Amino acid sequence: MRVVLAEDGVLLREGLAGLLDRFGFTVVASVGDAPQLLRAAAEHSPDLVVTDIRMPPTFTDDGLRAAVRLRRDDPGLAVVALSQYVQHGYAAELLDSGGGVGVGYLLKDRVVDVEDFVAALRRVVAGGTVIDPQVVRRLLNRQSSPIARLSQREREVLALVAEGHSNAAIARTLVLSEASIGKHIGNILAKLDLTPTDDTNRRVLAVLTYLRERFPELS
Amino acid sequence: MIPVSADPPRTTLAALVTPRLLTSDRPVKAAAYLLSTVLIAVLVAVPLGLLAFPWALLARQVATGTARTGSGLVLLALGAVLVAGLGPLVAWPLAAAERVRLRLVDARPVPPVRRAPFGLSWYRHPLTWRELAYAVLLVTVVPALYSVAALVLVLIVVCALSPWLVPGGEIDLGVTVITTPPQTVPYSVIGFAALVTVPYLLTAVAGVHGAAARALLHPRATEELHAELVEVSRSRARLVSAFEAERHRIERDLHDGAQQKLVGLTLQLGLARLDLPAASPAASAVETAHQQAKQLMTELRELIHGIRPNVLADLGLPAALRELADQSVVPVAVETDLPRRLPEQVEATAYFVVAEALTNVAKHSGATAVRVTARETAGLLTVEVRDDGRGGADPAHGTGLTGLADRVAAADGRMLLSSPPGGPTLIRTELPCA
Repeated sequence: MRVVLAEDGVLLREGLAGLLDRFGFTVVASVGDAPQLLRAAAEHSPDLVVTDIRMPPTFTDDGLRAAVRLRRDDPGLAVVALSQYVQHGYAAELLDSGGGVGVGYLLKDRVVDVEDFVAALRRVVAGGTVIDPQVVRRLLNRQSSPIARLSQREREVLALVAEGHSNAAIARTLVLSEASIGKHIGNILAKLDLTPTDDTNRRVLAVLTYLRERFPELS
Repeated sequence: MIPVSADPPRTTLAALVTPRLLTSDRPVKAAAYLLSTVLIAVLVAVPLGLLAFPWALLARQVATGTARTGSGLVLLALGAVLVAGLGPLVAWPLAAAERVRLRLVDARPVPPVRRAPFGLSWYRHPLTWRELAYAVLLVTVVPALYSVAALVLVLIVVCALSPWLVPGGEIDLGVTVITTPPQTVPYSVIGFAALVTVPYLLTAVAGVHGAAARALLHPRATEELHAELVEVSRSRARLVSAFEAERHRIERDLHDGAQQKLVGLTLQLGLARLDLPAASPAASAVETAHQQAKQLMTELRELIHGIRPNVLADLGLPAALRELADQSVVPVAVETDLPRRLPEQVEATAYFVVAEALTNVAKHSGATAVRVTARETAGLLTVEVRDDGRGGADPAHGTGLTGLADRVAAADGRMLLSSPPGGPTLIRTELPCA
């Protein structure tokens, strides 16, 4: 697994590189700003890009913009963006790119839970969508969203879906049968007006519904 | 019983009615005041007369019947512009001198007047116009008053000395003419008797002048207070901005230094744990260290957030307000019209006001919807938080609102609250951000 890593803090960059190495990823390039990230991604055609959002040159959301651009050029490239804080506008744009396949948005602090972080990276590389639990929780807390229509249990299920877990994993976490998880997800999709189609990414769309609702200009 | 006062009368005017005037130095000081007035009035009359020259010209034209409406109006306006526009420059040094000279007839201290350098602010200050009024008075009413006093003085002296003056020629007193020495006797007696009143006359005239000067030139209590307030708020503003700069520096140091390093360290601990046998004491020690480091990360993040949230520092007020809205339990609609980044202090103040207001909404209002608006117009940031809750918010209860108002006041802004029982509640904050 070839990874391009972008993080402006040297210590953390080296730590992350060590972590990725430790878990069998190959860090083909580790860079410290957004322009270098774009160059490295073009040069190495990695399987995964892990990038900090706040980076030089402007120290605002350079990493996120670079990530969105990479995804636009190559929707198949798995990208995980690390943020100091929840920032919806670009998060939604990033998660929306490529139908939400193979993309992640995590708070930076997650990296210290090494195994969970690596598992999230693997889910993204496998085509999953990973959204930070805190982001999801915040979205689910919004009473103005159609989530108001969902039951407490359905919210829990959706939160786990958003984190990229499979039905089986969700069933284990909530101590429920896989069948009832399937039923809950069916209810969620129905309540969110996501009618069945041959699109296999309705799970992702369910999560994206909130983001779109939050930022109607993106739809 | 007579009220006993150990204090001598403090003004010449008040001293008039005391029995010991003649033995005091009041009349001498009054005379000195009157004589120096003449000198000063002449000095002031020259520049003021020049400024009022258009009026003099107009008066001449009117007197000679050559005035025309058009040019007359022009002269009138020109005179007004000159006197009002440049008059304060004459009146100001005059007033400064007069405040010192006033000590001759008035023992009460006149506080020094602190003035901004000459500029538009002068014309907004009432004291400027009172000083100008005094200057005008000094070259108009004061000469008339002094002339009358001088005339009376001359009359008294002439009457008293009439027996010695008549041999040199008859004396015309206006109402009567004294021609022979016997005729002079009653006038002379009255004149000598009246000489005693001369000190009183001088003292009275000086006293009246002094009272008028004090009334016009003494800065009013509110003006003094205003000047002090301006100075106090300026120094407070300096303190606040120095304080803000320091906060910002600390926040940057923590954010770029400590926070990053701590994440790196915690990550290393997390990795180290993986390489240790699961049940070993070392693994459990590293696990504990890892947990503590994570706890510290959370605390540090909260600390930085309390100083100046990252999202605010990086992305500005609109993004930060949206983040606040996202964290709110009550649905919040955010509307911003801010074309540029505002000064750090303004952004931070507005942010914390909205944060506190939203907390209050969630805790007390029972609202189902909140609208936050922020817009900048003409160098003023107006932030409004409006909820549809039950209202009745009272700044007197709880320190949340007053704390907010203090914070806003420190940034030279103001906070307005409307919260009738039954709602809705509106908190409006205005912050200058030019």
